Parts: sequence; C-alpha cells; structure tokens
Amino acid sequence: MSEILQKARASLLEPAGIGDSDLERLMGQLLSRRVDYADLYFQYRRHESWSLEEGRVKTGSHNIEQGVGVRAVSQEKTGFAYSDEIGLPALLDAAHAARAIAQQGHSVTLPTGWNAGRGLELYSATDPLPSLTDEQKVQLLEQVEAEARRSDPRVKQVMAGLAAVHEVVMVARSDGMLAADVRPLVRLSVTVIAEENGRREQGVAGGGGRFGYPYFLEKETALGYAREAVRQALVNLEAVDAPAGTLQVVLGPGWPGILLHEAIGHGLEGDFNRKGTSAFSGRIGERVATEQCTVVDDGTLAQRRGSLNVDDEGTPTQKTVLIENGVLVQYMQDTLNARLMGMAPTGNGRRESYAHVPMPRMTNTYMIAGSYDPQEIIASVQRGLYAVNFGGGQVDITSGKFVFSASEAYLIENGKVTRPVKGATLVGNGPDVLTRVSMVGNDLRLDTGVGTCGKEGQSVPVGVGQPTMRIDGLTVGGTQG
Amino acid sequence: MVSPSVVPKAEGRHGMSKRSDLLVDAKLGQAPLTAVVEKILAQARRQGASAAEAAVSVGQGLSVTVRLGEVETVEHNRDKHLGLTVYLGQKSGSASTSDFSDAAIHDTVRAACSIAKYTAEDECAGLADRDRLATEFPDLELYHPWNPGTARAIELARECEDAARRADTRIKNSEGATLSTQEGVEVYGNTHGFIATTPTTRHSLSCSVIAQDEGGMQRDYWYSTVRDHSDLDSAVEVGTQAGRRAVRRLGARKLDTRQTPVIYEAPIASSLLSHFINAVRGSSLYRGASFLLDHIDKPVFAGHVRIFEQPHLRKGLGSAAFDSEGVATVEHDIVTAGVLKSYVLDSYSARKLGLQTTGNAGGVHNLSISTSEHDLPALLQQMGSGLLITELIGFGVNVVTGDYSRGAAGFWVDGGEIQFPVEEITVAGNLKQMFADVVAVGNDVDTRSNIRSGSILIRRMTVAGS
Repeated sequence: MSEILQKARASLLEPAGIGDSDLERLMGQLLSRRVDYADLYFQYRRHESWSLEEGRVKTGSHNIEQGVGVRAVSQEKTGFAYSDEIGLPALLDAAHAARAIAQQGHSVTLPTGWNAGRGLELYSATDPLPSLTDEQKVQLLEQVEAEARRSDPRVKQVMAGLAAVHEVVMVARSDGMLAADVRPLVRLSVTVIAEENGRREQGVAGGGGRFGYPYFLEKETALGYAREAVRQALVNLEAVDAPAGTLQVVLGPGWPGILLHEAIGHGLEGDFNRKGTSAFSGRIGERVATEQCTVVDDGTLAQRRGSLNVDDEGTPTQKTVLIENGVLVQYMQDTLNARLMGMAPTGNGRRESYAHVPMPRMTNTYMIAGSYDPQEIIASVQRGLYAVNFGGGQVDITSGKFVFSASEAYLIENGKVTRPVKGATLVGNGPDVLTRVSMVGNDLRLDTGVGTCGKEGQSVPVGVGQPTMRIDGLTVGGTQG
Repeated sequence: MVSPSVVPKAEGRHGMSKRSDLLVDAKLGQAPLTAVVEKILAQARRQGASAAEAAVSVGQGLSVTVRLGEVETVEHNRDKHLGLTVYLGQKSGSASTSDFSDAAIHDTVRAACSIAKYTAEDECAGLADRDRLATEFPDLELYHPWNPGTARAIELARECEDAARRADTRIKNSEGATLSTQEGVEVYGNTHGFIATTPTTRHSLSCSVIAQDEGGMQRDYWYSTVRDHSDLDSAVEVGTQAGRRAVRRLGARKLDTRQTPVIYEAPIASSLLSHFINAVRGSSLYRGASFLLDHIDKPVFAGHVRIFEQPHLRKGLGSAAFDSEGVATVEHDIVTAGVLKSYVLDSYSARKLGLQTTGNAGGVHNLSISTSEHDLPALLQQMGSGLLITELIGFGVNVVTGDYSRGAAGFWVDGGEIQFPVEEITVAGNLKQMFADVVAVGNDVDTRSNIRSGSILIRRMTVAGS
C-alpha cells in the first residue's frame, strides 16, 4: 500500500505542489461546519482506444483527464463540488462550496496527521498503455480480423476495438486516512457480421481485465475472441423465431450471471435499502432463494475487471456474502449508507470519476457452484430454453422487475438442446426469481471481462459469473406464441 | 444495469448562436475559447498535420436534490473539455484533455499525431468539404442563463416533491426531486478556416416517487427540460404528474401471452424513431449492419408517415445551425409518404457510400414524425382493445436483423379505456414489420428530447407473459 500511496502522491499531489499540510488546511475548511464525514478524491486517468473496420485500423484516440472531487456529508445531506484543476485555490473554492450543505456548528475532530490505509494488491500498478507498442496494437487488431475472416467465408464484416486505461486515485478522509490505488484496465472486443442467402446476423465476443495488453497474445486469447464471435454469428444464421411465454430456462455458465447482477445485485445496494425504495428493503434474514443459492459480491479477485484494491472511498474491497443458502444476509455498502444504517462498509463505494459522487456499486457478483452436472440439468428439461449468451440487462429496483436479453439461445426438447432461436428478452421478478432455481451446476465460471454497469448516469466496470442454473418459469419474450 | 463493452458516446453537440461569444466566455471566467481553438489548429500545423479540427467547451452548473422534504445533495459542477482530430494526409488520430494549458495542448496534439502515424490510409478520411460548411448562423435562442441561487433551487425542488407526495395518500416514499441548471459554450473550428461558437443552456426539474399498497411498490417519474427557464413546467405540475403516474401503476399484473395492438406512449415512442435512425445512419449502412440496407426510394413505414428534421427550431433541444464537423444543417425529409428519401450521413460515411453528407455528424437535430389530429385518449379509442406501453426496459433490439424484444410495463386497454396496469411482460416483433404497421401517430408530441414523437399505435405485436 505505501508504495502505491507514494506513486499516487508523486503523480497527483507533487506536480500541483500540494503537501500534507495543505490537505489538513482543506480538511479544516470542510470540517468548520457541522460535518460528519468529508473526503477529497484525486484522480488521474489516461485512456486510449484503437478501432478496426474493413480490415484497417482507421482511428485511434487518446484522452487524459484529471481532477479532484470534494465532498462533505452531514447526516443524510451531501455537499459536492469538483475541479479539473488540482491546485490549492481551486480546491479551497470547492471545499467552500461543498461544506455549504452543513449548518454552522460543531464537527468531527480534525485529524492529527495522516495514516496510510490498508489495501490489497490484486493487480500490477504498471501503466498498461505502453505494454505493447502502437505498431503491435495495430497488428493485434489486424490479426483478430484476419482470424475471423479465415474462420468462415460467410464472414462479411469484422469490427474490433482495443482499449486501455491507466488510473491513479487517492482519497484523503476526515478520519485521517490516506488511501490510494493504481488501476490498469484493458479490453478487446470483436463484432462479426456473417451473411448467407441474404440473411445477416452478428456475433460479439471479447474480454479483458486489470493487466497489460500482452494478456491478449497469450494462449491465442485474442484469436479465440475472433473465433467465438464468428461461431455466434453462424449459430444466429440458423436461428428460428424464439418462443413467447413462460418456460423452464437453463442459463449457461459465466456471462449469464448478469441475471444475478440485475435481479438481485442492484436491489441489495445499500442506498436503495436505506431509503426503503428496493423490493428487497427490510428483508435481511428472509428466504429469497432456494437453498442451493449462495450469491457473493467479491472485489478481491486477482486481475478481474470488477476488482479494486480499495474502493473509491479508500475502504479495502472484500468478499461479501449477499445470499447464503437462500437467505438474504447482507447489503452492499458505501460509508454514507453504512453509517446511516448502522452497518459496516463493505468496500462497495464507487464513483465513475472525480466529477461524480460515490454510491454503493457492485464489483464482481456471482453464484457459488452447486452439485449438478450441467448435462444432467439440460437433460432434466422437457421443453425449455437454453440461454448461453446475453446482451445487456436492466432492472426496476422498486417493482423488482428485471430483463436481460439473450443473444445466443437454443430450444431444449425432451432433454436435448435442439434448434438455435433468435435473441429474446427474458423478464422476471427479482425477489422471486431465485426461489425458482431448482438446479445449480458444478461449473462456476466468471465472464471474460467485458461488463460495464450504469447507475444514475455513472458507469463503472464490473464482473459477473455463475454456474449453469435451471429456473422453473421465466417469461421469454419471443414472437412464437 | 449492465451491458457488455461500452461503445464510445457519439459526441452530441446541440445548438448554436452567433451572439455573445465574449459575454459567455467572460461569464465562465475563461479566456476566449476561439483563441484556444486557433492555438490548437496552429499547433497541429506545426507538428505536421495536413488538416485538423478541434472542439473546445466549458460549462458550469448547479444541481440540488430534495428528498422527503430535506436537502439531500447540492452539487456544483464546472467542466472543461478539449478534443481534436488531426489528419496526416489520409491518416487520422484523435485526442482529448481537460487541461487548456499550452503544454497540455502541445502534448494532446502530439498524442493525436502519434496515433495517426499508425492508423491506416483511408481515402474517405478528412474534414468536411469546404463548400458544405455553414456560412449563416441564425440566432436559435439556445442560451438563456439562469442563476436561481441554491436557496431558490432547493425551494423549487421541495415544492415539486411536495406536490408529488400530496398527489395521493398512497405515495409513501420518494427518490426525491432535482433541479438542475447548466450553461456552457462550445467552439468548433477546423483548418478550412471555419470557426463558430455555440452557447447553450439547459434547465431541468424532475421528480421520482414511490406509491405503495398491499400489493407492493411502484415507482414513476416526470420531468421538464428546457433551454429557457421561463418555459419550465411549474414545480407543482411536474410533481403532480410524477405522483399520478406512480399511483396508477399500483396493482399491476401480468398478461397472458397474446398477439395484440400496441400503443407506445409519447415519452417512449421516440425510442422507435431512434432505432430507425440507427438503421439508416451511414456507419450502420457502409458496415452492412442494418436491416434497411439499399432501401432508398422503397417503402419503410406505413404510407401516411413522414419523418423529418427541423434543425432550426427556436429554443429546440436538438437545434443547431451546423453539425459537429461544421456542415450546415438543413430542414429535410428522411421519410416521405412512408418511403425512405434520405439516409443520415456525416462526411465520412457519405464518402464511403458515394453520397453527400446530410449534415448529421454527431446525430439528428429535432427529428420529428407527422402526427394525426388524435390525442392519446382518441388513439386509445381507435385501438379499442390492446396494450398501452408506458415504460420499456432492456436492450433487446438488433439493428442488423430488426428483431425486437423488450421488457414493458403499461396498461391493458379495452373499449378504448384503460382497464388495469400490467408489468413483467415483453413486447416483441421485427422493426421492419412494426414500422409498416404504424396505424396512427398522436398529436401529443413530447418535445423534451432531440427526437419528438407523439404516441404511436402499432397494428399488432407479440406480448409474452404468463
């Protein structure tokens, strides 16, 4: 941690000539009103992306942003201001604006000296952007395109994108804690359009995580994405119209875990539950799933896209059990909601950037493996849907209704996977969907590292995962009644 | 909500007015932004670019949220952004930063040039053609600064939330009411010598509340968003609407799976037009990623439908005298009498397709659809029996195939009257068929976005439920 903190100081504070005494002065400014908690969030973020279409890398972009967010919290009130200049005058201005939320009066005591917070070491603090030369990045995308075209003559169009982020964050809190994180993130994605007899279909694949670009060169990872996108597009060329109505649904392992993210995860975020606006509010200790279901949010997985050494409030991430053997045991918390609910923070306080306020967000959310062989699960279904790949999903926290859209699915007839069907939206009710889980497979898999979660206009990278799972009754939104 | 791999957001640029360049700049406490743009273009030339374009913007605002009568958040924002694209012959690279210092401009240009060294030659790359650039800059009245002060902003948000909570005794909880006021100015320039300033403002009031009965909770919201704060709906109107909309959803049930006529209520009907635009935009066409390839002069909508752009509407949320590469915007039809008359193109995609740009770099400007004389109640009468959709969730729209399947909530309608609320259902079809099946468009046009539509009645879709 101290090494990461040194790095963060060197890149965020030193160029601006800001020292510990300045941080104290700023904190003093914030705490001169009746404030329960305050923090300063310094951030530097460098991002690049390269994109290929029609066989050529036509465009690339490079972006740098940096700034500081200043927050003062008084009971349930938050005052927030930010500046894209990291310098003392701008910071004092922001602190002045943020503290206006609180009344005149007494505050928590000013910290005497700063203490380095505890943090994990889940990934390298190395900037991933130079981990390949620009020439190598272009070549990588060209190889992906060549592999997709080589895989099948029906491939008509290949689009591929490569992106990396190098992010340095540092938090100074009113309790005297200083915490920092240096976060690499890379992603490669491939979209393929295949055509046969005038019909066009697409396939999408990709992956990434908190490491450098060379990951994509190992074990033909990048080429694997190309083949996978082609495979999906070709499957979709054969797909017939999807059924409409309530069916038994078997979800494949990995990315279909977005079911958990939408149906369960958002409803268990602390802010909605403190406010009583979630369909899960006040239900800790109640049965919300069958006994086979144990669901966790885990920010501590090495190198995963959703992992963090510390969250954006300086709290180390952890593995939080949300549902244990079917019983709701815990919500995900940031410091504000944890304090107001009398619970402990769980390392889920996240923000898109310095220009956004933190709130409880997921990291990597998944279901623990069960005991069934996946083949056995499929064989147990007379007529149903086997959905293995999805686009996005969405949930209405309050009514609990959620959807997620299949991009690769098959009919199950008499215990066998038969014809592929067109993508269809699956819709259900969060608080009861897991009470219909009748079989959980032994094949837990996490997604490949492509998820982005949006909440109240803020996007953050997340992970999901699950084993194969059978749900007895989910509405499938096809067209064949 | 979660979705795989984010696509970079298209740079939306709204509105334009020639006046008050210096005034706005002074207000925002910035050096004239035109000078920053000129500096960038000169720097790009110095570093070897054969052409370049840049957009520089600054903005500031205040946003307050009141929840259950108490202030929840007060946010002050101040934003700067500088983005540029350089061309080294037919190769291009882009870069951006929030730092306007000379050193940062130098480094940002260098980053863009460095990328351009490695990208491929592209015969279609480049600035917009000089003769298409805007030369007239009518005052579209997009800039109406307003500083209510924090206290007044809180008062308005509180008044709004109070109205929502008073709307019905079953309003038991709230996500709060938010008043937001934003002003900004953007300067776009390129090495053809084009440079123009667009100051804009946007003021919004929104409210989201929760109704509850023995059957559970339902949330709904309402909002008003305008360029000129004097056009903002009253706090009581916004709040009352939010309250009514939440309460009317109580007691929602599923429907049996069926084929039925469907009405998309105006606030969500614009999503159908947005899918249409995605299918006729140049980038989808030259990639072959659209179900409407090669449909120019062919019927794509029912025969009564006209779809057109009105870029020069006064105070319009999507108004602009020029698009994001400086090309003059023009009022034009995209669909006439159901027939596709024009694609939606920027210079690059136009060159790819051997056509001319339609002034749509960055998107459409006040896209509209022709309406009938019917309001929503009349449209319900016309439908007789069917589904009124008031909310859609999920992303089940495939522009390559037109396949459509989304989660929905709304009301079952019989005898032309709303009978009961419904939820946990999907509506599915294929966009090609849905567009052909547009029976009527209501005159209840929602002007709160860049796409303006009335409620849309569609002959038949598949509803999946229990």
